[in-house]
Amino acid sequence: MQWANAVVQGVILGGLYALLAAGLSLMFGVMRLVNLAHGALAIVAAYMGMVLVNETGIPPFATLLIVVPVMALAGWILQRTLLNTALNRQALAPILVTFGLAVILQNLMLELFTADNQSIDVGSLAGASIQITPNIAVGVFPLLTFVVGVAVIAGLQLYLAKTTTGRAMRATSDDREAAQLMGIDHRNIYALATAIAVGLVGLAGVFLGVRTQFNPTFGDVTLIFAFEAVIIGGLGSLWGTLWGGIILGVAQVVGAQAFPSSGVLLGHIVFLLVLAFRPTGLFPKVVNG
Amino acid sequence: MALLEVENIDVFYGDVQAIFGLSLSIEEGQTLAVIGANGAGKSTLLKSIAGLCTPATGEIRFNGERINDVPPHRRVPLGISLTPEGRRIFPSLTLEENLLVGAHSKRPGYWNLATLYETFPLLADRRSRLGTNASGGEQQAAAIARALMSNPKILLLDEVSLGLAPVVVEQIYSALPAIVEQGTTVLVVEQDVNQAMKVSDRVQCLLDGRTVLEGKPSELSRERIASAFFGI
Repeated sequence: MQWANAVVQGVILGGLYALLAAGLSLMFGVMRLVNLAHGALAIVAAYMGMVLVNETGIPPFATLLIVVPVMALAGWILQRTLLNTALNRQALAPILVTFGLAVILQNLMLELFTADNQSIDVGSLAGASIQITPNIAVGVFPLLTFVVGVAVIAGLQLYLAKTTTGRAMRATSDDREAAQLMGIDHRNIYALATAIAVGLVGLAGVFLGVRTQFNPTFGDVTLIFAFEAVIIGGLGSLWGTLWGGIILGVAQVVGAQAFPSSGVLLGHIVFLLVLAFRPTGLFPKVVNG
Repeated sequence: MALLEVENIDVFYGDVQAIFGLSLSIEEGQTLAVIGANGAGKSTLLKSIAGLCTPATGEIRFNGERINDVPPHRRVPLGISLTPEGRRIFPSLTLEENLLVGAHSKRPGYWNLATLYETFPLLADRRSRLGTNASGGEQQAAAIARALMSNPKILLLDEVSLGLAPVVVEQIYSALPAIVEQGTTVLVVEQDVNQAMKVSDRVQCLLDGRTVLEGKPSELSRERIASAFFGI
């Protein structure tokens, strides 16, 4: 029963990873850009949520109404100013730019908030749980995170599949020059994709900040987990990212059940195994140009 | 006034010059064929008109306005639409989605999904097929239809016949009269001289980035075209 519990908890943890990875997956899918500042941006959002709760006393979930739009706007500006320029240079330029941005953000946060661990207080919700079987109990907040993670992935997928702008995004991802010939301004499409991605990082960051303690260096490990979820699932595939997150979560929790204190390591091993034997991921996008 | 005027342009790829002082003009409703061997500068000319290449010198005017500095995505709303060499169908989109992306600029006009399916019956049956799974002929038909979804004033067709079986080429060119009938100006680039002569009001032959011969198809003899085409 312990093992069943570990699997259930792992799946639920996977929802958080999928939520954290959704934006990374979208940016890579649309413009082949690996955003190394992704983790740092999640922590920025967590601090934003914390400051809003502490200073204004608004309920934690209400901070999303501010954090998500602010982050989305920041993403839009980031793409229009730095990243569109970087994308026109060699392949390494966006990686260097986003890496630099991650370093800057992390040090700014250290300066402002010190290296102490913090968290966002949600009161009694933090400890609430639902008893499913006599031996399995699921935390209400982790479950909520899982539901939001699945909803975000499903929503993004629907947006890309059904809307005019989503279609233009997929076309631009397939062939940027041909998309220009259709009258699509790829710079706007990219800015929109990054706005959505960073907005979602904002959402994920606040959930992360409620669920665990964080400090400014926490962005590194966040980036790694999100990145692993994307790679396990297959680059450019959103449903793959959800599955990747779940597989990573299960590997970590079940791993910790078997070898206490080595759960995270087992997650990394699963990631490396996928990379070694299925480098395109478990659920790769079927079509590639 | 001509709809499109290209005046004395030089175009470079890096250090390599592809077009030397080329001029060209098309009246509204006319069909012009630009012919020439590989590397004559035909595709570069179309890319310059569509905005993917920028001439170093000279001027491109559309409706009398200089458009040298207008980016490609802004030329579509003006009424310029290119069917690129190699078709460039979006592989992960269905053929119908490819067509819908073509309507991104929302220019009003005769062409829409219904009228295009009527003109290209081939596409109507294959609409839900992914671009990557479509045959060469289906992709070419879809690429032309996609360009027409923006209801262009001028349609630029680059190497429509390339890599297609003659019967498929026939089938695709048979749609051209329906396009011209809507008053659309057409600029065809072709290596297939016979096809080009058949569909055009005027032919312009390029060699090494320069115009070496131009005139009405009826006034040009095979010998003159052959010598201009090969530079002998």
